[in-house]
Amino acid sequence: MADLRLTNVAKSYGDVDVLRDIDLTITSGEFIVFVGPSGCGKSTLLRMIAGLEQITGGTLEIDGQVMNDIPPSQRGIAMVFQSYALYPHMTVRDNMAFALKIAGQSKDQIRAATDRAGKMLQLTPYLDRLPKALSGGQRQRVAIGRAIVRDPKVYLFDEPLSNLDAALRVATRIEIAQLKASMPDRTMIYVTHDQTEAMTLADRIVVLAGGGIAQVGAPLELYERPVNEFVAQFIGSPAMNLLPGRVKATGPMTTVTLDGGLEAQVAIPTRPGDEGMEVNLGVRPEDMREDGGASVFEGTVDLTEALGEVTLLYFGTNAETAPIIAKLPGIHPGLNGRRVRLSADPQALHLFHKGQSLLYRDGADLPPYQPRMASPSGSMGSTPAFPDGGGDRIEDGVIKPVGPVR
Amino acid sequence: MELLWLAVSTIAIGVFGCVAWFWGSNWLLDRIYPPRGANAGQNIRRANQIRPWLFLGPALIFLTMYLVYPVLDSFWRSLFNSNGTRFVGTDNYTWLMRDAKFRESMLNNMLWLLVVPALATLFGLLAAQLTDRIRWGNIGKSLIFMPMAISFVGAGVIWKFIYEYRASGETQIGLLNWIVTQFGGEPQIWLTLPGWNNFFLMIVLVWIQTGFAMVILSAALRGIPEETIEAAILDGASPLQVFFKIKVPQIMGTIAVVWTTITIVVLKVFDIVFVMTNGQWGTQVLANLMYDWMFRGTPDYGRGSAIAIVLMILVTPIMVWNIWNARKEVR
Repeated sequence: MADLRLTNVAKSYGDVDVLRDIDLTITSGEFIVFVGPSGCGKSTLLRMIAGLEQITGGTLEIDGQVMNDIPPSQRGIAMVFQSYALYPHMTVRDNMAFALKIAGQSKDQIRAATDRAGKMLQLTPYLDRLPKALSGGQRQRVAIGRAIVRDPKVYLFDEPLSNLDAALRVATRIEIAQLKASMPDRTMIYVTHDQTEAMTLADRIVVLAGGGIAQVGAPLELYERPVNEFVAQFIGSPAMNLLPGRVKATGPMTTVTLDGGLEAQVAIPTRPGDEGMEVNLGVRPEDMREDGGASVFEGTVDLTEALGEVTLLYFGTNAETAPIIAKLPGIHPGLNGRRVRLSADPQALHLFHKGQSLLYRDGADLPPYQPRMASPSGSMGSTPAFPDGGGDRIEDGVIKPVGPVR
Repeated sequence: MELLWLAVSTIAIGVFGCVAWFWGSNWLLDRIYPPRGANAGQNIRRANQIRPWLFLGPALIFLTMYLVYPVLDSFWRSLFNSNGTRFVGTDNYTWLMRDAKFRESMLNNMLWLLVVPALATLFGLLAAQLTDRIRWGNIGKSLIFMPMAISFVGAGVIWKFIYEYRASGETQIGLLNWIVTQFGGEPQIWLTLPGWNNFFLMIVLVWIQTGFAMVILSAALRGIPEETIEAAILDGASPLQVFFKIKVPQIMGTIAVVWTTITIVVLKVFDIVFVMTNGQWGTQVLANLMYDWMFRGTPDYGRGSAIAIVLMILVTPIMVWNIWNARKEVR
């Protein structure tokens, strides 16, 4: 068991606070991903857990033991670096064996451990090569192998895929996911700035911003119930559109008058007295559709990007504010320069007041998160979304979707 | 004043001459093969084949004049008798093999070769590593590097004073004897102690070369990727293990370059021995021996040249290996 608990953890370099008030509990066997813009301190936080950076405030506990002043090698962790950090003068086998040799294990034990790791990572033919004779992907696998042979309780990954090309990144990502699946009781903490990696690998994502934690939650929870505008725009690509407006009518469904004059229904409750409140209506590009429903947006298409699977429409690219982007499924030729109206499902809309989501105005005690489904009131997880308790049904090998809406 | 004028005008003519040669020859080449017109492509190709030789030409000529010719001439002279009037074949070399002083010099040179590069590199490596970690490390580095700025002759004189001897009971002006007498010991004539005196001379060169080794190795140590060190710390390596198992192996190439560079300096060592003992009391080395035969008393050009050739043969392979290593480092 390797529960990891961060309490009020802070990091400062002299007068400069990099991180403060980090409270986070990671349970054994979880795959946690730290994401955030560059300079948000996510790598620093990982290095503090590793013991490579001094913790200047708060406590770090692993398995209930305070680790602040325990040397890195005795914390039961192993780390995979972005630059692989292989020892260039040692063969693949010696790279993996180094920690075991230092620990004083016998030759047979070391040989068995490196053989096993080599087999696991398909490195057996390369065990006697030097790192310089390996490809980038192989080097990264050696770096992972070096962590595996030590059989740590906690694996730390510091942007391990950043130095790989796109195809290899996908392949290695899947390998890491499989590695995790093969070791369900090992905790993994993974730092990345790549959303796809975060969404696909994580049990829970920790979004870091401005020296603190912005939100912690399951990937889809962050996607569908972001706590503030920052998380809303950070998760999802292209970023969520924010349309300024005012609350017109309150109730379980809120009516918002947008600055352009259009009105939108949002399935987020507001209280009497909220009328006239300034809000930002958040709508994801992929939630905007051309089905002729009640419009939430009208504008002239400045630019289209056809990706085949989807078409991106850009509005207001010349304006000082960020352009509005819509992502329509399929191919849509000939929209450039045309004026179009787009609608959105009220369940898929978000409301922010002064940057904070109105969904969380009474604190974070929301009903447990369920992915948004086709059922009418399923947006915020108020009804059980999986009637059979398990998502899509399969009949005769054919997928019978329960939904999501899209 | 006239001399000064002469010097200035020589420099001016030299610099102007160089510029005129490179610019003028290039201009002429472009006139002969103009890079335009119908044959532009062919002309450019031809001009590019000639151009390197225009630029290399002067250097090659001077190298031949001042390097290749002297080597060949030395070799030729080593086959003649003392005043160069009679061809004696390999007589000078067979004489060398039997000469006791030459054997002493060879032995001493080998001793220097083993001790000085090893100690200078070792101390340099330690100084580089240790000064990297402390706040006043840069001041320490400057102090260690400073002897590099002193000429070998100057260093020899300084250390001669350190080893200076005054009879027992007199005030010791030599640092070493002063320390020895403070602890109640007898003052020694250090530079005449057989066997030991060689090491007293070697210390001078170690003192000079440690700074050089330190500077180069310090740069190499800083070039080691920080992550490999962090990875080793995570793997549980102690600071000593990090140093010897991770850092040193990664800068082995640089250590080899430093080692061989110092080796070459050592093989040619002359000034220190010349100033401090002049090869007496069993401290003779090849370069000083060569100087003795070549220029002292009645010069014997044949034997002097023979020693010079032996010295060159010893240095050449190390030089080649050194350059090969240095080029490998650059790649």
